[in-house]
Amino acid sequence: MTDTQTSGAAPPAPDAAPGPRPRAGRVLRYLGGRLLTAAVSLAAVMVTSFFLFRILPGDPVAAMTEGREVSVEQMEALRREFGLDQPLWQQFLDYCARMLRFDLGVSYEFHRPVAELVAERIGPTVLLAGTGTLIAAALGLVLGTRAAWRRGSAGDRISSSVALLLWSVPSFWLGLLLIVLLASGTGWLPGLFPTGGMVSPGTTGALDTAVDVAHHMVLPVATMVAVVYAQYLMIMRSSVLDEMGADYLTTARAKGLRDDLVLRRHAVPNALLPTVTLIFLNLGRVFGGVILIETVFAWPGLGSLFYSGLKVPDLPLVQALFVIFAGAVIIMNLLADLVYPLLDPRVRT
Amino acid sequence: MTAPAASRRAVVRARRRAALRKYTRSYAENRAGLFGLAALALAVLVALAAPLFIPAEALSVTGAPGERFEPPDAEFPLGTDTYGRSVLDLVVWGARISLTVGFLAAAVSVALGTVIGVIAGHFGGLASNVLMRITDWFLVLPTLVMAIALAAVMERSTLTIIIAIGVTSWPSTARIVRAQTLSVEARPYIERARALGGGHLHVMLRHVLPNVMPVVIAQTTLLVAEAIVMESTLSFLGLGSPGAISWGGILQDARNSGAISSGMWWYMVPPGLAIALVALSFTLCGRALEGVFNPRLRERR
Amino acid sequence: MTLLEVEDLTVSYRIAGGEAPAVRGVSFSLEPGSKLGVAGESGCGKSTVALALLRLLPKTARIGGTIRVDGEDVLGMRWGRLRAVRWAGASIVFQGAMHSLNAVRRVGDQIAEPILLHGTAPRAEVPERVGSLLERVGLPRWRARSYPHELSGGQRQRVMIAMALACEPKLIVADEPTTALDVMIQAQILRLIDDLVGGQGIGMLMISHDLAVLADTCDRLAVMYAGRIVEEGPAAAVVADARHPYGAALSAAFPRIGDPASRRAPRGLPGDPPDPADLPVGCSFRPRCPVAEERCAEVDPVLYPVPGGRSAACIKVRAEEPA
Repeated sequence: MTDTQTSGAAPPAPDAAPGPRPRAGRVLRYLGGRLLTAAVSLAAVMVTSFFLFRILPGDPVAAMTEGREVSVEQMEALRREFGLDQPLWQQFLDYCARMLRFDLGVSYEFHRPVAELVAERIGPTVLLAGTGTLIAAALGLVLGTRAAWRRGSAGDRISSSVALLLWSVPSFWLGLLLIVLLASGTGWLPGLFPTGGMVSPGTTGALDTAVDVAHHMVLPVATMVAVVYAQYLMIMRSSVLDEMGADYLTTARAKGLRDDLVLRRHAVPNALLPTVTLIFLNLGRVFGGVILIETVFAWPGLGSLFYSGLKVPDLPLVQALFVIFAGAVIIMNLLADLVYPLLDPRVRT
Repeated sequence: MTAPAASRRAVVRARRRAALRKYTRSYAENRAGLFGLAALALAVLVALAAPLFIPAEALSVTGAPGERFEPPDAEFPLGTDTYGRSVLDLVVWGARISLTVGFLAAAVSVALGTVIGVIAGHFGGLASNVLMRITDWFLVLPTLVMAIALAAVMERSTLTIIIAIGVTSWPSTARIVRAQTLSVEARPYIERARALGGGHLHVMLRHVLPNVMPVVIAQTTLLVAEAIVMESTLSFLGLGSPGAISWGGILQDARNSGAISSGMWWYMVPPGLAIALVALSFTLCGRALEGVFNPRLRERR
Repeated sequence: MTLLEVEDLTVSYRIAGGEAPAVRGVSFSLEPGSKLGVAGESGCGKSTVALALLRLLPKTARIGGTIRVDGEDVLGMRWGRLRAVRWAGASIVFQGAMHSLNAVRRVGDQIAEPILLHGTAPRAEVPERVGSLLERVGLPRWRARSYPHELSGGQRQRVMIAMALACEPKLIVADEPTTALDVMIQAQILRLIDDLVGGQGIGMLMISHDLAVLADTCDRLAVMYAGRIVEEGPAAAVVADARHPYGAALSAAFPRIGDPASRRAPRGLPGDPPDPADLPVGCSFRPRCPVAEERCAEVDPVLYPVPGGRSAACIKVRAEEPA
């Protein structure tokens, strides 16, 4: 394979130095390339976001003052406050300058800096999305590996069918169903879980709060896991199937390893490589799911903030959240690119 | 000159018929695919026939036939909604919007993806590079977030939903089509067509496109499933056409009227099941088609 | 005691329209310290034999007959015992070594794996043992930290050999150990195998499409065709004076080391080996045989003894030397 080492059979020079390490230059170039790609993608997201939300029909100031007594002077003042009296290109330059300073503007609806709102709401979203994704990934990888290893068995067929079914179910409906079944308290079951929110009012103390939050999290996390794990399962299943015929697995079996060790030590590490890439590539779907699940369960995170911003429409808020969601996916993919060489030695050199 | 040309065309036609027969037989071996096809045929039939047995006033908010939130009984097998309309009628009527949006949005998306994919695959070089970069960029972005944003900034209408779904979900098609185009163009007869003076357009339309079609058909079927789920999602978020009755819209009404927290299952279960069933059927058909056109894939399912 | 005894081994694969026999009644034995070569074209069933010895064939394969390693019946073994015999009793040097090594694990760890698994050496001494194994196959100790893709083809094959020696097995099966290496390196690897295996009482079964490789290395030689041994005897005699027309064609062509064409068909021999699912009536070599007669379509010959401790599966041999 490597033409640099055709000295193959001749006993290599007995240099005691450790083997050739990845050259710093090549690593830097790899990192630089990935960083540049991510930066360009982010810039493209910001530009898109600006122009996308400027084609909004109607007057945001009129929309947000709807139903209230406002004088023409007050409306003018609001326009000035939000910079809407400036020409478009001026607004764009201002927007870029502010974005670079992480100044996300002021929400029309809440009359507070968007950055402040985001800071308040980002914790719950990370908690929900993080927990859900971790559980979904663990479940998907384990079940996908099993399904592939016992391909064609009843277990494989059942787990693949369930995954396909859940794949077709809209996440918000699954959430609604769980609420009706387990939270409304009107069916056959008592209301085991809260119908929404993150903390019951009046809860104090760190431990009580933690327990209460966990209690509130059960249904939203379950919904998220149900709709997300299926894709991980299918990806992992097909990655493991791709490895199944590989020669190194025969070597591993010939060594006397038990089947589960052949799977764990040899097949899975190799199958994980394509899976990791695809999992990160599909993160966008997770964010879509978060918006819906937060909306359905009134979870006080960025997703429900996005939903409430859409209704007004609260231009700076929706725009900033759009950039944040898209940016998060781009940054996650950058992370995947950076993590990948740690998993695959072939990329390292 | 004309006689051999005609017979050549006949040969081509016969070959195509034989291929079609082979595909049909291979599809018929897939039980899940047959189930999906049957379910779809039923759904389409119901959607088309809906106006025959559901009078317009049964669906109007003001002249609703029943009381509000009636549980299922003989008159309303699935109960009534917040305005007193029959949930069964609503769900049947909702199939019209869901299927229309599903098909049209998938068509928009596949058309975009196919054009971009074929062009990127055919021309190569800088054009291909730029197109694929854009595709990758779209591919990574959260599709639903994009569609929500697009639907939010445009006028509320069914057309808006179709466009929002169509222009955000093409990148996966573009990737698949490009890969397929590259493999088709590597075949020797493309070289021959070029040597005989076939222009870009000729090669793309007469040689590449017919060979890419199987992949595109399977991909379209899979995309319809996604588009239907996405349509219901957008409608549920209140981004759909205000007057139209769609499955997502019914669920939005159910939630806004408090039917969910008071446990009125008959109001929310049927539309969701309808979405899941139709989407699943499209997915099953799509996978069966993929298996027909790509036997290597079939082995592992 | 005989190290390896194979009696009437049959292997067939389930296929769409029934069963395809890949190995049809193969028998041979191997004494400690001796080397047996198995030659034949691709698809003649020789690699299937190698994998069958340790029951490494896929589940779709049906195995019949008897395989005894060190007197123990492999086919009747319980799984636990079988795993203990794998590698510690008999190890395999696989072909190519590119895909036979796990690409994402360091070669040192892969060599250490069977040592730890079979408890050949105490855990603390394993790194030392891995280092000395690498030195024995002519690689520096620091190579333990390399990944397979950082090594050349020859170096990877050396790693495979070090791995095969890790648990000091009595039997080593080398399945095309030098295929896909260039000529110089082939020779070096063969010398290495010779040095390491020779004089240690290790028995070796070497499988190759390349008669020249086997003639150099092995004491005895078996030629396989269409799932059967068609000729067997001392290596030098078989190469110099084959009694079966197929063996003769193979050695007449005497493929040069590293000649890729020789892998498919011996020169001067028309046609392809038969499809296992659709074997010819009578002698399975008949359609390609330059000296075939009418009666060859009537008899499916078995191995007939030939003077000089040899045997060949051709009715002409029987005619010349009535048993």
